[in-house]
Amino acid sequence: MSGFFWWGIFPYICGTILVVAAVYRIVFRGISWHAPSTEIFEKKWLRVGSLLFHWGIIFAFFGHVMGVLIPISVYEAMGVSDHMYHVFAIAGGGAAGLMVVLGLIVLLIRKMTNPKVSVHASFADYFTVIWLLLVAGLGTYMTIIYNTTVVAYEYRVSIGPWFRSLFTLQPDIQLMEGVPFLFQLHVIFSFILFAAIPFTQLVHMFSFPVRYPARAPQQYRSRDGYKNSRP
Amino acid sequence: MRIKAQVAMVMHLDKCIGCHTCSVTCKNTWTNRPGMEYVWYNNVETRPGPGYPKEWENTDRYKGGWTLRNGQLHLKAGGPVSKLANIFYNPNMASMDDFYEPWTYDFEHLHKSPKKDNIPVARPVSMITGKYIDKPEWGSNWDDDLAGGSEIVPMDPNVQKLQEHIALEYEKTFMMYLPRICEHCLNPSCVASCPSGALYKRDEDGIVLVDQDSCRGWRFCMNGCPYHKVYYNWNTHKAEKCNFCYPRTEAGLPTVCSETCVGRIRYIGVVLYDADKVKEAASVEDPKDLYEAQLSVFLDPNDPEVIEKAREAGINDSWIKSAQESPIYKMAMKWKIALPLHPEYRTLPMVWYVPPLSPIMNHITNEQELSVEGYIPAVDQMRIPMEYLASILSADDTSVIRRVLLKMAAMRVHMRAKTVGGIDEMKKSQLLKEAHTTVEELEDMARLLGVAKYNERFVIPTGRREMDDDLHYRYGACSIEELAPPEGMVTYPYGRSENG
Ligand code: HEM
Ligand code: SF4
Ligand code: SF4
Repeated sequence: MSGFFWWGIFPYICGTILVVAAVYRIVFRGISWHAPSTEIFEKKWLRVGSLLFHWGIIFAFFGHVMGVLIPISVYEAMGVSDHMYHVFAIAGGGAAGLMVVLGLIVLLIRKMTNPKVSVHASFADYFTVIWLLLVAGLGTYMTIIYNTTVVAYEYRVSIGPWFRSLFTLQPDIQLMEGVPFLFQLHVIFSFILFAAIPFTQLVHMFSFPVRYPARAPQQYRSRDGYKNSRP
Repeated sequence: MRIKAQVAMVMHLDKCIGCHTCSVTCKNTWTNRPGMEYVWYNNVETRPGPGYPKEWENTDRYKGGWTLRNGQLHLKAGGPVSKLANIFYNPNMASMDDFYEPWTYDFEHLHKSPKKDNIPVARPVSMITGKYIDKPEWGSNWDDDLAGGSEIVPMDPNVQKLQEHIALEYEKTFMMYLPRICEHCLNPSCVASCPSGALYKRDEDGIVLVDQDSCRGWRFCMNGCPYHKVYYNWNTHKAEKCNFCYPRTEAGLPTVCSETCVGRIRYIGVVLYDADKVKEAASVEDPKDLYEAQLSVFLDPNDPEVIEKAREAGINDSWIKSAQESPIYKMAMKWKIALPLHPEYRTLPMVWYVPPLSPIMNHITNEQELSVEGYIPAVDQMRIPMEYLASILSADDTSVIRRVLLKMAAMRVHMRAKTVGGIDEMKKSQLLKEAHTTVEELEDMARLLGVAKYNERFVIPTGRREMDDDLHYRYGACSIEELAPPEGMVTYPYGRSENG
């Protein structure tokens, strides 16, 4: 029964909160949608923390695409053996995870100790960093310690297919029942993070300005419809 | 030809007394809010000096403006792709230490202090952290009137260029004021630097604005502007900048800084230009040619062809008439006595400066006996200001500065001669020839620079509203209604006594 809630209902609750609250925020509170920069207050530690964290999380994101979104059959078709996959995943994912965790620790200490930054850090700002640290810490622990000391866990036949089954609205709950507890916790914490996104500054990740390289450098805009009107 | 109209400003530096009234009235109007305490859309710098923020002219450090590579214009801080790769941390951005940490004073202590042996004092309190600052070490005008002297002055990037000369002749210290606002450039690098496309240049009057709804706080505009005139509001996490007081100019009124200027140094008017020529003018090879190239984009508002094309482009007759009477057109384009600030940044700035003659004239002690021709060496001898001014106003081309200063000197001599005698000598003089001017022009100049009635200094057509919807509602409504933050928006309470 509790399995049904965590793997069949809870993900949809989180997903719904993410979508509804994010849409509400951009429509009715659009002015609050921005990156949470504190660079004006402090540059030195931000450079270390922000660069480590962001590049790390981008690698980690692609790692998750490889491990969770791409079916194991694709790897088999490509002739990538399980061993090869895990060596690559543990090394690459471990490095990315360490970058994220280290970056977050730097950012957290900076937030707590730099007077200018700390005065203006809200509960949501602390929650974001600490919760990310929790999720990323678990993930990195799983990748580096669990996988090498216990067993190189094959999530590509359990968590992966389950996650994809969420999108077909036919969640395959059984797949998650036998998953090790640490992995289950990582998944649940991640969904809580997704639900929290619209209530924090994390929304900035959806605003990555992809169109910038394609647009004209200079922008002319008219106050109103006067542009081509006759006098 | 793509005609556009631009509201522009001239500042006559000879008349600036460095009183900071412009900065204070501007601050009270626009930046008197949490998140913006450190921001001065208008600031007045004592030169030589590092300015605000410190060393803003050091383009090697902040990487503002444009550079030319293989004949092509590029953002100095890097194009879109390199910006996106550096988006998590902007290495070139100034931090608050480069501006200053704003503070107020603990005035309440003066009221609440218990009876003591010594007089209570109001200690400085940071407006960022709310904590006491025991020893403020820098402020927006810390170096006012050359305070800090030989320690601070060498921080001026223009001085560093002239090091050899100034070290020898420093006993001839000179000083001038440089009031600065956003230049509302024709080729704004702030606009090109914005990944979100939040900055834009208004089609109808050329004012450069930040769309607060689109700004995502990526901050590339801050140092993308070589004049450092875009600021980060740490409270709203968005960029804000001088908006040329557009709610006032749309009503035909001058900007607050201009309206309140004690020295009446500021002039505002409309100029017409060809937007198709802007890129070409910004891309000329030799920086020394940029000033002439910039002048070439402007159109003569009295030329019938220009008038016809302007009408076709939707510029109405009141704007064309204003362009014809524009004090800016006269000073910058016709008489060529107003120069752009740092043309080498290639943004084609639209606030023009008449260089100050006073630092030169103050060194003339024998004006009673001086012949008209005697003024020429007087201008030439002051090598330091000439090169220093050239570094600021003409991409190091001293001949441009010399020409303007000779013209200003000629005006001074001529107007003096009208009361103390010597008009005939003036008419035949070498000074008049070297200054490339006529007596008639000098008298026109003297009227605009000296008498300068309000309506001659500010020739501003009203914004075009005749086709707006719902004019009945808008009549008397607040023109920034949809832009201003909602009432009751959560802001940080430091320095606000009503919040404790
Ligand atoms: C997709 C592209 C992304 C871009 C362009 C981006 C950009 C930025 C920028 C400019 C800052 C401000 C740094 C500063 O100046 O203080 C920032 C901060 C932050 N970002 Fe991102 N980000 C992205 C993705 C993400 C993702 C995916 C996450 C997490 C899941 C994330 C989490 C954070 C956090 C927690 C901070 C605050 C750091 C602090 O505590 O100071 N970002 N990001
Ligand atoms: S001076 Fe103004 S218009 Fe020009 S680049 Fe700077 S902010 Fe933009
Ligand atoms: S108000 Fe006028 S005279 Fe005074 S500092 Fe400003 S520009 Fe100069």
